[in-house]
Amino acid sequence: MNIFVLLKQTFDTEERIVINNGEISDDGVKYVMNPYDEYAVEEALLQRDQHGGTITVVGVGPDRTAEALRTALAMGADEAVLISNDGLATDEYTVSRLLAAYLGQQSYDLILGGNFSVDSGGGQVAVRLAQLLDIPHTSSITKLAINGQQAVVDRDAEGDTETVEVSLPAVFTAQQGLNEPRYPSLPGIMKAKKKPFHRMAIGDLALSVSDAAAKTKRISLSLPPKREAGRILQGDHAQQAAELVNLLRTEAKLI
Amino acid sequence: MGKTYVVVAEVRDGSLRQVTLEALQAVSIACQEGDSTAAVLIGSQTTKLASELAGYVDGQIYSIDHPELEIYNPETYLNVMKSVFERVTPDVVMLGHTAQGRDLGPAIAAHLGAGQISDVIAIEKGDADEVIYTRPLYAGKAFEQKQFTGGAQVVTIRPNNINPTEAAASAGEVVELDYAPSASLRSIVKDVVRKTSGKVDLTEAKIVISGGRGVKSAEGFKPLEELADVLHGAVGASRAACDAGYCDYSMQIGQTGKVVTPEIYIACGISGAIQHLAGMSQSRVIIAINKDPEAPIFKVADYGIVGDLFEVVPLLTQEFRKVLV
Ligand SMILES: Cc1cc2nc3c(=O)[nH]c(=O)nc-3n(C[C@H](O)[C@H](O)[C@H](O)COP(=O)(O)OP(=O)(O)OC[C@H]3O[C@@H](n4cnc5c(N)ncnc54)[C@H](O)[C@@H]3O)c2cc1C
Repeated sequence: MNIFVLLKQTFDTEERIVINNGEISDDGVKYVMNPYDEYAVEEALLQRDQHGGTITVVGVGPDRTAEALRTALAMGADEAVLISNDGLATDEYTVSRLLAAYLGQQSYDLILGGNFSVDSGGGQVAVRLAQLLDIPHTSSITKLAINGQQAVVDRDAEGDTETVEVSLPAVFTAQQGLNEPRYPSLPGIMKAKKKPFHRMAIGDLALSVSDAAAKTKRISLSLPPKREAGRILQGDHAQQAAELVNLLRTEAKLI
Repeated sequence: MGKTYVVVAEVRDGSLRQVTLEALQAVSIACQEGDSTAAVLIGSQTTKLASELAGYVDGQIYSIDHPELEIYNPETYLNVMKSVFERVTPDVVMLGHTAQGRDLGPAIAAHLGAGQISDVIAIEKGDADEVIYTRPLYAGKAFEQKQFTGGAQVVTIRPNNINPTEAAASAGEVVELDYAPSASLRSIVKDVVRKTSGKVDLTEAKIVISGGRGVKSAEGFKPLEELADVLHGAVGASRAACDAGYCDYSMQIGQTGKVVTPEIYIACGISGAIQHLAGMSQSRVIIAINKDPEAPIFKVADYGIVGDLFEVVPLLTQEFRKVLV
């Protein structure tokens, strides 16, 4: 089975966001593999254990994305592809076009991605890719069972669980609960260094810069207003409860 | 010629979702004189809802009613949208940023070759009448303002952030479209387990009561649920509570869970980690109940109660019951 995993590198979720000269500062920022993509990588490994095959992890982004791809190799993926978006006005449209141009030249049975990226959180790329490749998709899955050319998945639809039968090849995006991602082992990290790592750019794909150019642009950035610590209510718990209800009525006027 | 806006309506538990009316309001902020609006209602037994929707849309309401469409399936729903687009060429398609809209939106965008701005929380017009969309980054640790650079556009609207539209001046026209089931579907929904039926939707709730590791067990969520019942609110959770198996991941609030913006957020036994704050710090009023006075959650809470949640929460339920009944 040919498995592809879509990977993005994001800020560590611990990071605070600082805006400098109208840009989000990446000064001293720690990067990680997008947390949802970890579930996708883990699922690829579990499926390969069962059905055999190879796992290729594919990332679009700047050079530093290589780190996240290497992490996936250290977890056990077989090959990595980094598609550079250097000099390209990039949005989700762009990324999906680059991925589709690359994957259009590959033979694939299963494409896995994260449910969304925790930085820009658009949740578009994987679904767009499925359409561009003209294959079915199910997003936000919490279970995947493959039998021949047929997959049965559980999809989390805001708390409801849908069981969907999908014919392969297909795209699935991973939701929390799908599995428990492993940590890269030390031997895994050593082995990862020798695994095939391909770099490409738009010129290597059958796609022109204007065809991939972003359809949206950012015009400004802002931070949320700072929240001040409020008031700790005094008295015993019964008094505190009564005061809180009273404050919500008279001060906040919400009840 | 004016632009054509198409709103994809959404049905939940047999009613129109509030976010559909919010998307219609988004359209009325974005559109100009000469633009037109259409709505699309896909489902099973949609007749009544279509005429209800007609009260809000001064334009066509395409109603596609078929048993096979009762449950969302990206393939069947996209097929329906393609048939609608044979009749109206959309300039802008708006959907709710919901399980359905998050999935259908990008599929429509790819089909139209359109740009998409997801998870929009505010819309305004700039100096040159251009439409500016505001959306969160890093689950609300920052915000960006975005514009389209050209071509067709898809927008998904986060529930609970834009005021719902009022009834339209004149009623829209319901157009029933036939649905031809496809013989060769590549994905089929076999079964749906509804855990949320009858419950207040977490992302749309005006009041959210969340439990963290301090709740200690699945059983420990009971007092929170009782409080939620009294307040017609929804129950959420921290990741630690989900990881510990006290509750379902669908309840998780935070950077890797849902982002909620209710009027009142009550955090019970939650420490206030940065990843949790990302998902709830835009709530209007935050209340924290925690037995540790040093817990970081108190730094963002408007009102704090230091104490054992198992003592405090039932007392709160009692007090609210007194004033609400
Ligand atoms: C990649 C990544 C993504 C993450 N995403 C999220 C996310 O989306 N959402 C999220 O919530 N977290 C997320 N986290 C986890 C986050 O860092 C915290 O670990 C988590 O939020 C802690 O949950 P908690 O506050 O319930 O538990 P704890 O931090 O253990 O806090 C429990 C609190 O309960 C209090 N308490 C205990 N007993 C009682 C009692 N009887 N009465 C009152 N108070 C009591 C304690 O004083 C303590 O403050 C993420 C972490 C990572 C690494």
